[in-house]
Amino acid sequence: MAKLPKPEELAKVDYTPPKTSWMDTPVVIKEGMFCHGAKTKSLQTLGFPNARDWRPMDADWKLPENWKEILLNGIADRLKKYRSFQLFMDICVRCGACADKCHFFIGTGDPKNMPVLRAELIRSVYRKEFTLAGKIFGKMAGARELTLDVLKEWWYYFFQCTECRRCSVFCPYGIDQAEITIIGRELLNELGLNIDWIAGPASACYMKGNHLGLEPHTIVGNLEYMLDDIETITGKRIKPTFNRKGAEILFVTPSGDLFADPGTYTAMGYLMLFEELGLDYTWSTYASEGGNFGFFTTNELAKRLNSKIYNEAKRLGVKWILGGECGHMWRVLSQYMDTWNGPADFLEVPKSPITGTVFDHAKSMKMIHVAEFTADLIKNNKLKLDPKRNDHLTVTWHDSCNTARGMGLLEEPRYVLKSVVNNFHEMPEDTIREKTFCCGSGSGLNASEDMDLRMKGGFPRANAVKFVHEHHGVNMLANVCAIDRASLKPLMDYWVPGVGVCGLHELVANALVMTGEKERTTDLRGEPLPSAQAKEEKA
Amino acid sequence: MDLKNQLMARKSAILKKWFDAVAETYPDNTSSFLKKQKAQFTNPVGYTLSEGLEGLFDALLKGMIPDTVKVFLDSIIRIRAIQDFTPSESLSFIFLLKKIARQELGNEEVLQQPGMNDELTAFDSSIDELALYSFDIYMNCREKIYELKANEARNMTFRLLQQAKLIVDNQD
Repeated sequence: MAKLPKPEELAKVDYTPPKTSWMDTPVVIKEGMFCHGAKTKSLQTLGFPNARDWRPMDADWKLPENWKEILLNGIADRLKKYRSFQLFMDICVRCGACADKCHFFIGTGDPKNMPVLRAELIRSVYRKEFTLAGKIFGKMAGARELTLDVLKEWWYYFFQCTECRRCSVFCPYGIDQAEITIIGRELLNELGLNIDWIAGPASACYMKGNHLGLEPHTIVGNLEYMLDDIETITGKRIKPTFNRKGAEILFVTPSGDLFADPGTYTAMGYLMLFEELGLDYTWSTYASEGGNFGFFTTNELAKRLNSKIYNEAKRLGVKWILGGECGHMWRVLSQYMDTWNGPADFLEVPKSPITGTVFDHAKSMKMIHVAEFTADLIKNNKLKLDPKRNDHLTVTWHDSCNTARGMGLLEEPRYVLKSVVNNFHEMPEDTIREKTFCCGSGSGLNASEDMDLRMKGGFPRANAVKFVHEHHGVNMLANVCAIDRASLKPLMDYWVPGVGVCGLHELVANALVMTGEKERTTDLRGEPLPSAQAKEEKA
Repeated sequence: MDLKNQLMARKSAILKKWFDAVAETYPDNTSSFLKKQKAQFTNPVGYTLSEGLEGLFDALLKGMIPDTVKVFLDSIIRIRAIQDFTPSESLSFIFLLKKIARQELGNEEVLQQPGMNDELTAFDSSIDELALYSFDIYMNCREKIYELKANEARNMTFRLLQQAKLIVDNQD
């Protein structure tokens, strides 16, 4: 019989984790921290290589035999193609300024989520294979072999980065970690190692025009539900148009707004605002996705998925394009669309038909964000607003990474927000504007199976919300991003129960006094308005 | 001086050791970050640990009010329940205090004062009580994660079911 340990031996618990260097700490893939592998069908639809069904927890990832060669060639190609990549591989001095700025590092406590270390995952292989020092001195020069474990480590950690770029704000060299992750994911994609939460929506978008795979009749049907609700609330029946040739403006929004709460309330907001303005605009069931999950696979697919927006604008003969509330959509459109699929010479520089304002900053792209459009309307006194209708809400503003840090859309949404609500409180300075903390679910990581990861990554954001919730009674977290609207809801449920999530235009529509509307008794969610409640109590 | 006063007199030293011991349950680079600065918003884990441990320590010495200690426990456990720990590792931080308190009390003289043995037993029992509350909180956190997963799946299909007329309002 085996010798039983004595109680005092059992009580000797060592709480200290092993103190090994990062290179000597092998990756352990854990449930709750990753998304399912991309399915064969999704990858085949997109024409991506090495499509197969595989499972991250399996030892055998069914890799092609020459996987190492594919990756090294992939790195070599990209070093030639992107000067930034070569620079980012060479210039980091490991000063550590970025280390504690990542929401995933703060939340997980895993050193490999320090941006500097995440980049080292690739950089170490780069040194080994592409630099003389690395070839000669190996580990001493921070170089290591590309092994199967290293590959798995890449996959695990490049899908634990939301490409939010907070770290790059603090990097003295301006190294953009998002670009390293983007390239890391591109390389993995060459081996068929994407996740299905990205590859699935991307293939749906490629075939049906939007991430959710909504077909034209479903898009119309979903909007019909919203129109019914708007009629109940305001007494007004709105009749939007779809795929209408000759409209002045094409409106493109993320499909998430058409599908699930609270995004649907934001979509109701757009419908009500445009109706009140009498805007000559159309929805499209073809360019029915503003977001671009292709951006989380390869540059080539992102371009391919994006092309439908200008194509549809051309087909319909509109003058310019208006974009709905979305985060990564806005970064992709503003920073890439024009060079990928432009120039859109057939369009005009966006000009508000209501105020006459010409949006010169969009001279080349020909598309503006709805927050800019609405801020201009309010600035020019074109909307009748009753912010008291939002008095049941005490609101704070979440700067979405891509719109705020990426594109500088900081003041317009705040200006709109302050015009439509009476109770507004900013979160602490280190957690907003350029230094905003990510929702923890961006860049295609907002699946259900990686909920643990999302809750960890979102903790710094939630922690700041908790502060304004406790000190100012904040009960609503507003933002202009579809992924935020979907992912902040569970984040609040876990960390700060009692705080809801909404889009900017939901609040605009609550406050918007529409011509000929009936007296409103509820907000867009069917919750009684403070004024209606007071009346009821009086009676 | 009774045990509680002895411990209170050593509060800052005990709290520092307790905090450091909890921080050391994380990998090297992380524990040095947690210890380095405890800014509320840029190092929320370090800050929460620091505030929470002090709150628990005070409660142990000044009398445990369940609703108060549960708030402090919740703030720490909510974080550790989703981090890279097994359930036992998540909650290990509570028991660390027993050893640290004894180390700080140090010499035999203090520990052998009359009545000290009983007081230490009572102190240990209070820590055990914290551990029992912690099991509940830990389970609540984990159950919440699974509830969120289930809710997401339900919300994603709600509109589809509605359109397929598989869900109807009572008025319809």
